[in-house]
Parts: sequence; structure tokens; C-alpha cells
Amino acid sequence: MAAILFQSPNPYRNLNTRAYKTKVSRNENLAKLQAGYLFPEIARRRAAHMLKYPDAQVISLGIGDTTEPIPEVITSAMSKRSYALSTVDGYSGYGAEQGAKQLRAAIASTYYADLGIEEDDIFVSDGAKSDISRLQVLFGSNVTMAVQDPSYPAYVDSSVILGQTGQFQKDVEKYGNIEYMRCTPENGFFPDLSTVRRTDIIFFCSPNNPTGYAASREQLTRIVQFAKENGSIIVYDSAYAMYVSDDSPRSIFEIPGAKEVALEVSSFSKYAGFTGVRLGWTAIPKDLLYSDGFPLAKDFNRIVCTCFNGASNIAQAGGLACVSAEGIKAKTHHTFGSTFLAGSWDVFSEILEKTHVVTTPGSGFGPGGEGFVRVSAFGHRENVLEACRRFKQLYK
Amino acid sequence: MERLQYNYLFPEISAREAQHVKKYPNAKVISLGIGDTTEPLPDVVALSMANYAHGLATPTGYRGYGAEQGSKDTEVFVSDGAQCDISRLQLLFGSNMSIAVQDPIFPAYIDSSVIIGQTGDVETESGRYQNIEYMKCGPQNSFFPDLSKTARTDIIFFCSPNNPTGHAASWEQLEQVVRFAQENGSIIVYDSAYAVYITDGSPRSIYEIPGAKKVAIEVSSFSKIAGFTGVRLGWTVVPKELMYSNGFPVINDFNRIVCTCFNGASRIAQAGGLASLSKEGFKAVISLVDYYKENAEILLETFKSLGLRAYGGVNAPYLWVHFPGSNSWDVFNEILEKTHIITVPGSGFGPAGKEFIRVTAFGHRENILEASDRLTTLLK
Repeated sequence: MAAILFQSPNPYRNLNTRAYKTKVSRNENLAKLQAGYLFPEIARRRAAHMLKYPDAQVISLGIGDTTEPIPEVITSAMSKRSYALSTVDGYSGYGAEQGAKQLRAAIASTYYADLGIEEDDIFVSDGAKSDISRLQVLFGSNVTMAVQDPSYPAYVDSSVILGQTGQFQKDVEKYGNIEYMRCTPENGFFPDLSTVRRTDIIFFCSPNNPTGYAASREQLTRIVQFAKENGSIIVYDSAYAMYVSDDSPRSIFEIPGAKEVALEVSSFSKYAGFTGVRLGWTAIPKDLLYSDGFPLAKDFNRIVCTCFNGASNIAQAGGLACVSAEGIKAKTHHTFGSTFLAGSWDVFSEILEKTHVVTTPGSGFGPGGEGFVRVSAFGHRENVLEACRRFKQLYK
Repeated sequence: MERLQYNYLFPEISAREAQHVKKYPNAKVISLGIGDTTEPLPDVVALSMANYAHGLATPTGYRGYGAEQGSKDTEVFVSDGAQCDISRLQLLFGSNMSIAVQDPIFPAYIDSSVIIGQTGDVETESGRYQNIEYMKCGPQNSFFPDLSKTARTDIIFFCSPNNPTGHAASWEQLEQVVRFAQENGSIIVYDSAYAVYITDGSPRSIYEIPGAKKVAIEVSSFSKIAGFTGVRLGWTVVPKELMYSNGFPVINDFNRIVCTCFNGASRIAQAGGLASLSKEGFKAVISLVDYYKENAEILLETFKSLGLRAYGGVNAPYLWVHFPGSNSWDVFNEILEKTHIITVPGSGFGPAGKEFIRVTAFGHRENILEASDRLTTLLK
């Protein structure tokens, strides 16, 4: 149902059957994808709505995009770096593909002090989304993966693109060969690992996008144990770690034994408002080995050197200021969803039509998202308050 | 990953440079190896980025996610550079694809092909990966392949002006490539990263050739145009009329890749790119390009005066110097050991590079002149 609702216009619609076609076959993995990537579709719907209601004050609580300006201590570091590029002493060309030494060291010491993750375990990137795909390129097509259901769509979509999956099964809204680990209110948004099959890779995002749930120390210990027993690799997405307000772990490496089974992906996007600046990192411990004993980090390094050319030096200057700056307080992040009996795209449409607030339908995050709507807490305070007023009107 | 024979070429060169510096801590090493720009950015470009960054601290200037493509609904996809785009294109094509490359060539096409699973193992004797069609380019064929001897492949990577040989294909030659692609139903991936270095009126874009929009994708970069090697900005053009065998537009799938596997080039870099295309900005970046071209002239003169056959250097910031009968790693080592100049051994670019050395023309003028002196002393 979701697939039909947001399929892009038929690409064959203007096809002149006598138009020249190459003899190159379309990559069948791309053909497996059901529709466009989720967030551009949300953007399309928002744009269409704004055309329909040009005077409406549309509030976007859909795409998780930061809205508040970046602290000056960070932007002035980027300004300075930009300006320095016009000077003889300040100009630099290609940087190390793994990132500036200083930044790697700062990330290691700020986020992984006493966790045994060192400067050279850190690979600076242009963001977690790009890193997820580079990791998929690293793993190749002959691996199986498990994801939380619901989860950020990039894990599943990149898996399909790399050829790790079977076809989409419309009745269950799942791709073949992916293990979906259901997370619902019934199980406290943590999967029942006793029912999860072994896979090579386990994608685990905590705090979770979209459910907002942060796994406890005890739960993460179980995941690490599960990975160890199965000889699996955990790809731990800690993009929202800064939003943890209780004592839930912020890094998978706080769990003993994790360095042998996990790598961690993170991002400056939601922490420093860098969604447009583009900066993130992946931490790969030296102890993470393939079945033949070959260190994962070595192959990832090769990928980074061949398929990437480093994050922008200006963005990295901003990252350094961010990590070194004191007094940058993380905003508290509350995502909440409500359960509805109707389909999540229907609810999305109803909310949009009646309150002019953009949200994200839960089924965009997997079949486990059906019955939910994701509301992001990024926004100017006055817009968030206004949105709350409108919701109260709608649902009173 | 296991199939890849060595480290990626350029980190290997960096490693050798580092070793050499350790061995000779007092030597003044001149790098004419990795093709890295050296001259500062024009003020107008740097200032635009500084201002943009500054604006991010203000409510009206702050911007979050941009369109992954740079801007929507065009055939131009803005990226963080050609090397990244090449891998995204490989992801698009998938593993069931055959490719042809020029030999010698910038290694990212071959290495990304191996990583994606399009190739077989390397043949130790020839140094060639199975299932890749190598189109030999040498002095004997004026650095343009004999297409009558080239087998059909799905994808044809074609870089012009060429890295490393410096050869810019003529209109007639590109017309041949386009026709070849049409006859075979192939897709050309045209790398035009060095187009602004062209001096002799050779085509700057594959789309100057009629019919190219139906068979070609073009990749380019601000790296060597605007000195953006560290800033990271490039673009790929996928024409709407380029179609797979089943009529599906390639642009739709590339758009999907860009939206799923990427999140847009840094907005600050994009601001700089925009400034470099303004009237004032473009004039300034072209004067830097001219500076590097003058470097190339100086180096060309040097090699000529030594009686060596140096190709390129006219339409590209690379010289391709022939040392007949030699092994390029030996020549690389000798030059490094005796003159403290880093170059790149030709075999790093493919088996046809075995007797060649690539020398880049990027560098401060005084280093280029100093390097010329040292080479003259060594090689005369």
C-alpha cells in the first residue's frame, strides 16, 4: 500500500518507443526498490501541499532537519579556514582520506576516552549516510543483514542496491533475505533476540530513529553477546547519542567485548547542526576481524582511499571547533509517535491536510512502523509550540 | 576486496615520500607526484565560503539539508568530487557489467570496478584484471586507442584530457568513440576533470559531439579548476535521454543512488563553487590554471632539452615522460633518490605505463624551476 501511494510518476510515460536505447541492462537491484527514497518523497508532498495552500503556514516536523543556527565558535572556525585557503601559508589541497589527524585525535579523545578507541581507528567522512553505503560496498553482496523494524531507511535501501536482498514481498512489506527485528511498544522497542536469526551484519541504531528509544546497558550487552555467539558484525549508528538524557550508553564500545564485534557510525549533523555542512565519522576497532583474521579497518581504509577523497577541509575545521568547544549543550530531543488504527500514510495525509504540519509516516521506516507517525523535534520553538496547538485542536 | 593487488596508488606514493623524508631529513623534497593543486584560492572564492560559513550562525543564514543532487530536476548532479562519483556510478551499474578503460589511466575506474565485483582476478604476467577491456594508448597510436581492436563492453570509461598521458582527444576522435558506443549500445563515462587545461581547441565536453547525450555520462570536478582538492566539489551530468536496454532512464536510478547513498556536497563548498563561476571568480581561477600551464611548459622544455620524449603538458597539467626499456618504479626510485623529486611511476596507471613517469605541473613556480634544474643535472 505504501509503495503504491508514493511511487514517482511512471518513468516510462514519455518513452518514444523509437527512441534510441543503449544495450546496457538496468541494474536489477535498483529495480527491486519499491519507490523513491523516503525523505525526498516527504519533501515532494510538502511542496505539493504548499502549492495547494499558498497561504498556509506549513510547519515541518517531517524530515529530521536541524533548524537552529550553528554556534559562532564553530562557524568562525570554518570562516577562518575558508579565508586561510586564499593565503600561501593557509592553503592546503588534498587531505588524508581518513581525515585530518587533529580531528581524528579530538574525536577519539572526546567520545572514546578510556574506551580503547584511538585516533587511527577513526575515519572522518561527509556524513553517516555516505558511510553506510561505503560500509555496504565494503561488505559486498554476499552478506546477510538484520535491521530493527522500524529503522532509518538507508540501511535497507543500501542493502538492496548492493544486491544483498531478494525481491520485495508486498504482502509483508519486507525484502527477502533481510532479518527484520521488530521493535514495538509491546517489547519496549527492543527486539526479542531469541527469535532473531543469525545474520552476518546487524544494523543497530540507538537512540533509535524513528522510535526515539535508547537501548540500556543491559540490552546492548545482550546484543554484543548475540553478535559474539553468532560471529556477526554490529554496525552501530550512534548519530543521536548526544540526545541521551538518562544513563543509557552513548557508544557501543562502553560494552565490554564490543570492540571485537562492532563498528560505530556517527555524525555531526544532529549534534552541531551540520546537516548542510556534511561531516561524520566511523570508528573501526583494530580487534574487529573477518573470519580469516583480516582486519576490517584495513579494507575500509582501502574503500575510503579509492571511493572517497576526504571530507571537506572547511567542514573538518568546524568539526574540530565543535569537539574542542566547551559549553555546547545538546538540545534535548524528544521524538514521539502515537498509535493510530489507520494506515500511517493516511494519517500523514490527514495531519498535513488538516493542520498543515508535515510528519513522516511510520511505514516509511519498515512494516513495523505501520500504525505510527514520526514527529521530529527539530524546529524553531515557536513552530513546535504552534504545531502542538494544532495537534490538540485536531485530536481533542 | 581480496582481488585488489596493491594499495591505492596515491597513498602508496605518499608513503614513499614519507619514508624518503625520514631517510633524508634535510633534503628539500619537491613533490611532482600526486596531482595536488598548490596555489591559494582567489579571494572572491574564499570570501564567499567564509561569508557563507558565517551566515550559518544566523537565523536567516542558517541552512540544513540541501537537495542531495545540488538542485532538483536537472541533469546536473553536484557532488563532493569525481572520485566519489565514479564509485557511485559503479554502484549504479552493479556487478554484472563489463568495462573498458584506457591503458594507462587514473586508477579509480579499475579499482572501483574490482571492488564492485565486475572483474576477475588479476593476471600476474600482464598485470591486467580479467574481464576488463584495456584500450592501449601509447606513442605508437598517438595516445588514442584503436577502436577496431576493442571488444564491446557495457561501459567505456574515457578520460580526456587524459590522466596520466595528457592527451586531449580531437573532435574526430571523440566522434569515433561516440559512434563506437552507439554501434555497441554501450555507455560512455566521460571524465572531463581537466577540460579547462585544453589549449588547442579540442572538445571540452563529450556533449559537443552530436548524439552523445544518448550514450554518455560526463563526470567533472572543481578540484583542478578551482583548487578545490581539499574543499571537495564536483558534478556528474546524466542526460534524460540516456536509457537502459529496457527503456528505463539512467537518470532515475542515478538520482535514487544519490538520494540513498549520499547527502549532498557541503553547502559551503557549493557556495565557493558558485563564486568560482561568477565573472570575477572564473577569471581568477582561470589565471591559476594558466599558472599551472606555464609550469607545464617549463617542465616540457626541460625534458625536451634533455632529449627525452615528454608527452602531454599542453592540454593537461601532467607530463608523460618516456624512458624506453626501463621499469617505471626503478626510474621513480632513481629520480627520488638522486634529486629528491617525487613523481609517479607509470605502471601505477596500468600495464601500458611501464616505461613512463608521470610528472605533474602543480607546484609553486620556484619549486618547478628548482626541479627543472635538478632533473637537468641528473639526466643530461
